[in-house]
Amino acid sequence: MAWREDRELLRDAALVCGADALVGASFGAIAVGAGLPVWAPVLLSVVVFGGASQFLLVGLLAAGSPVVSAVLACLLVNARHLPYGFAIGDALGSGWARRLVGSHLLVDETVVFALARRPSGRHRAAFWVCGVGLFVCWNLGVLAGAYAGATVPDTDAFGLDAAFPAVLIALILPALRDAPTRRGALAGAALAVGTAPVLPAGLPVVLAPLGLIAGLRGRTGRIRRSSPARHPSPHTAADLGAHCVDEPGPDAGSRSSEGGR
Amino acid sequence: MIGTPALLVATAVLGVGTYACRAAGPLLRSRVTLPASVERLTTRAAVALLAAVAATGTLIVGHHFAGPARLVGVSVGALLAWRRTPFAVVVVAAAVTTALLRAAGVS
Repeated sequence: MAWREDRELLRDAALVCGADALVGASFGAIAVGAGLPVWAPVLLSVVVFGGASQFLLVGLLAAGSPVVSAVLACLLVNARHLPYGFAIGDALGSGWARRLVGSHLLVDETVVFALARRPSGRHRAAFWVCGVGLFVCWNLGVLAGAYAGATVPDTDAFGLDAAFPAVLIALILPALRDAPTRRGALAGAALAVGTAPVLPAGLPVVLAPLGLIAGLRGRTGRIRRSSPARHPSPHTAADLGAHCVDEPGPDAGSRSSEGGR
Repeated sequence: MIGTPALLVATAVLGVGTYACRAAGPLLRSRVTLPASVERLTTRAAVALLAAVAATGTLIVGHHFAGPARLVGVSVGALLAWRRTPFAVVVVAAAVTTALLRAAGVS
């Protein structure tokens, strides 16, 4: 069982790493094409290791934005890593070295890989396999792209921009079986999309946890409706007591029999 | 477009600031044991953030609609994921759908 899960993990992580390497190559090429020296995107990728903020920084600098406001905008984009660290910090393992090194590997992909495998207790392996693989592949991709320059094709032609959201959606789906989590996620996503046209980049996503308020309100509303204890709902107890990613939903049996992911 | 010292400082500030965001949680967690209720809340917050990253990544480029090709590709992937299709198929199907639409002239 564990062996099969490990093989699945390696295969899934390799796929994401491969896609990220191609996006990294595209980033390196775009950065050099925008007039930056070859070392700049390479150093940026090693030191920052955050794709969205790296693309934004190069885009803003190329557009002539002042350096200070460009860096502030990128910090805003990376602010989401703060709540990530509190949510999945246990996946790094114990000990200072693991925490200090692992912190640098906290990105969307490693967080979602670890969250998806927390119910099976494999979240540490998932975090480190995905994190180390991504760090190596992303930086090699950027290096290759920076040197290859204009010969790197536009990754949008391969649809890689659609692959990344699909990765996240596939891996958060099991957690969405928990009703408050699902309400919070849907409200947070709606809030981010709704505000994206008017707010500066990064801020809409950071607002998403406010969607949890919608989840809480939905939950208390449900309790109130069923509170006279005429029909003690089995769902209410589950909502209050269950861990949000391992609540056994109505179809939990069929999913776990597949080995899960 | 920008001098080497400014570029180095920008990289350093962004790197340190980003690392501080990332390290705060893991380092503080080693000092305190989070109650189950807080643990649940932080997990829900992370899922909401990831959902928001996925949603804006599907729909928005800059401040505008990303175009139908990406939306359709991600939707195909999401539908397959919901139908419990293996992860690799979900990801490849999303990319291939979008790539084919673009090849057909849909942006």
